[in-house]
Amino acid sequence: MKKFLTIGTALAGLAISVAGAQAADIKPAVLYDLGGRNDESFNQAAFTGAEQFKADYGVEYRDFEIQNDSQREQALRNFAKRGMNPIVAIGFSQANAVEKVAKEFPDTQFAIVDMVVDLPNVRSILFKEHEGSYIVGLLAAMASETGKVGFVGGMDIPLISKFACGYKQGVLAANPDAEVFENMTGTTGAAWNDPVKGGELAKSQFGRGADVVYHAAGGTGIGVLGAAAEEGKLGIGVDSNQNGLHPGSVLTSMLKRVDIAVFQAFEDAKNDSWSSGFEVLGLKEGGVDWSLDDNNAELVNDQMKAAVEEATQKIISGEIVVHDYMSDESCPS
Amino acid sequence: MSAGQLPRWVDLGLIPFLNLAAAFLVSGLVVVLIGENPLEAVKILVWGSLGYGEGIGFTLFYATNFIFTGLAVAVAFQAGLFNIGGEGQAYVGGLGVAFACLALDHYVPWYVTLPFAILGSALMGAAWAFIPAWLQATRGSHVVITTIMFNFIAASFMGYLLINVMKKPGSMQSETRTFEDGGRLPFLNDIFPSFGFGYAPVNLSFFVALAACVLVWLLIWRTKLGYEIRAFGQNATAAVYAGMPPVRIIVVTMLISGGLAGMMAINEIMGSQHRLLSDFVTGYGFVGIAVALMGRAHPVGIVFAAILFGMLYQGGAELSFEMPSITRDMIIVIQALVILFAGALEHMFRPTIVRLFTPSRALETKEA
Repeated sequence: MKKFLTIGTALAGLAISVAGAQAADIKPAVLYDLGGRNDESFNQAAFTGAEQFKADYGVEYRDFEIQNDSQREQALRNFAKRGMNPIVAIGFSQANAVEKVAKEFPDTQFAIVDMVVDLPNVRSILFKEHEGSYIVGLLAAMASETGKVGFVGGMDIPLISKFACGYKQGVLAANPDAEVFENMTGTTGAAWNDPVKGGELAKSQFGRGADVVYHAAGGTGIGVLGAAAEEGKLGIGVDSNQNGLHPGSVLTSMLKRVDIAVFQAFEDAKNDSWSSGFEVLGLKEGGVDWSLDDNNAELVNDQMKAAVEEATQKIISGEIVVHDYMSDESCPS
Repeated sequence: MSAGQLPRWVDLGLIPFLNLAAAFLVSGLVVVLIGENPLEAVKILVWGSLGYGEGIGFTLFYATNFIFTGLAVAVAFQAGLFNIGGEGQAYVGGLGVAFACLALDHYVPWYVTLPFAILGSALMGAAWAFIPAWLQATRGSHVVITTIMFNFIAASFMGYLLINVMKKPGSMQSETRTFEDGGRLPFLNDIFPSFGFGYAPVNLSFFVALAACVLVWLLIWRTKLGYEIRAFGQNATAAVYAGMPPVRIIVVTMLISGGLAGMMAINEIMGSQHRLLSDFVTGYGFVGIAVALMGRAHPVGIVFAAILFGMLYQGGAELSFEMPSITRDMIIVIQALVILFAGALEHMFRPTIVRLFTPSRALETKEA
């Protein structure tokens, strides 16, 4: 144990010497969910944010990938015991563990993404996925020629219904007569990583007349976007910018900036401006967004851009309120 | 060259040790390849799993899971059946534990709940093994195929229940509400504070697991049914010829096997998580196969093998924590190597050792 402490101190010392004398001495840590660091989606976004912080400030961080549920608490405690601070836990499944360990270490700052843990030393970071989904729904409806669009979700949980519900509202705002097909891939964790089934679901939606499909399904979505490219239809990516997966066939991607959340948590701790409590990142805060780059520049015309711009402004100003499925577990039709 | 030709200590001690040493040697090479010091890695692994109270607590916690799933596979082995459905049986067993805890936790202390939880988990696990057993016994559908298919059915079934029926309202996680004290087994740290298990989730079900080992030993080696199970496993045709009913033996063995797998849920659900949650089995059912293989399908061997795998789990977590370049996938590689050498390559050293330990005279007689 003593040895590890020494290593920790050495690392911290290194960090100070690189970042300059006035920098606060922080030892940040990230705990990924079961998906792991390289899931090309949610957890990876957290990894990107931590790496960005390391590149910008030269501060080393520690991370850990759990193998089973018992390791959540164990890892958080291990981090806290070694003086890691702040500790960012990724994913709603960490809530119980964060709640328990944060009570044991009241002087350590914790953050959790996608869930609320109401303790004085925990920052709960939530995203307004419904706002971002509304925007891509708007784009989907405007890009669709058939007036029919699809949605493929991963695991059937309220969080994914939140994506679906925001998307539907966006679609109907642009075209009140549009039809939205919704499918969930499954009811277990395996539903996040089943690209074959994702492709099948997308194809069946195409068969029913849809020509734009949005996925919120992690690895399953790779199959959705693949099917869209194969059939000459349009797909919409999620979480990170997936426009480049099939250039010309991905209309846009709904960005959920977990990387920004992690980066900010680290930066706030470093600048001594850490705040606990809720942090809800929506369009206004840049926490959700849509992507426009060379890969999809031709798919988004000026009329669509103008419509999105207008809707974004209205959502930010509060003129349009996108209904959050999770506020009452229902979606207005 | 059967095991009978070797002294017991060689068969049960030396050969497993050699297999293990080979596995660690190869693992060490892998560690060298990624540029870390293998001796340091072994030190962290052993220290992390046995070096301090909390580490030992975690090792025993994992070992408890492996004892149950290992016994489940071993009992089926004795009858010549290969039950690889421990994963699903344990998952559904969780339902039995949850029923008992959710129904009773407000009203009675844990020691009243425990018997119902044991009964519930064993019944649910056994029920999940029943259909594959019945199909094997009467239709000849191979249990290897049917039990593994039942793992998937279990995952979907439990997913459905957890999301649509048992979920705590307003929660994103597919899990039930947290049990009150009446549905929580005491942690060993609270019973024996002097051991310093700290926050390790090892709990009273460790002793339930040890009791299960004794009962399995009694059943297999000291009862008529156990004799029938072993006879059937050694030579099914002869057993049937001797008048033993094959359908009954297969079904009963699989029910016991499934029940033991289901009891794993007591440790996870009632002992540690205190709520039923989705995918809590995370591979313990499959590792049980390796534990049973390594433990020679004998309860004593299984306890040792379970502790070894508990060490690999806990020490492995500690290792990937201390050496970030060793990812959790590397830990799985090391575990896989142990399984490979202990299970699949079990006979690699055996011929040489048999030759070493067979008196030359015996060889001469054989050759003559």
